Amino acid sequence: MTTESTGPDRGQGDDRRRSTEPPNITIRRPFFRRRKSSPFSHADAPKIDYKDVKLLQRFISERGKIVPRRITAVTAKEQRQLAQAIKRARELALLPYVAG
Amino acid sequence: MSGAATVAGARLLRLASREDAADMPLYEHTVIARPDLSAQQAQALADQFGTVLTEQGGTVAKVEYWGLRNLSYRVKKNRKGHYLHLNIDAPASAMSELERTQRINEDVLRYLTVRVEAHEEGPSAVMQAKSSREERGRRDRFDR
Repeated sequence: MTTESTGPDRGQGDDRRRSTEPPNITIRRPFFRRRKSSPFSHADAPKIDYKDVKLLQRFISERGKIVPRRITAVTAKEQRQLAQAIKRARELALLPYVAG
Repeated sequence: MSGAATVAGARLLRLASREDAADMPLYEHTVIARPDLSAQQAQALADQFGTVLTEQGGTVAKVEYWGLRNLSYRVKKNRKGHYLHLNIDAPASAMSELERTQRINEDVLRYLTVRVEAHEEGPSAVMQAKSSREERGRRDRFDR
């Protein structure tokens, strides 16, 4: 994994295992990646909106780049919508093209 | 700008748009205005844009003034700008006329039009963020 700290699941910690997996699987397989679910998949998930700066900021790196979905665990469809929203927000100077 | 030709043109457009008024597209339109305007002047721009639209057979469903915000990068040498956000129901011709006037207007730094399927109910994400921040700011001031 990278050292990016902007991923959406970072704060929730790795100790929250999915119930389908045995509890000690990471001990045996150090490179096992936890199957994360998309941050937009639960019922009261926020809608992807180019005006929602706070939401979009979770999906850009410190440099202002769009974070790949293998890190953020969003679905392909959501990633396309996110990219569109981020680019609109950049046009309105709500988000930077290049930060720092 | 408001010569006889444009008035006649507007009348023609209004007649044309009356037929398909039921399925006029919905737009969200955001404008960044020059920071050296006062808040009142910036909000007066919204009325000005509203009249442009109504002349062409459109309506403005909602106007939001997001305030003087910091820009993420410099736009026409400005670091700040007044943001106006309009929910619009208008024919496409009215939108192109609105955009044309905004390209001429020197108070407008930038605009963005987005076609939407439905207008949002209630305040937009920016306004919600703003109101929560203001509450926090007020509390901070009391503490000091």
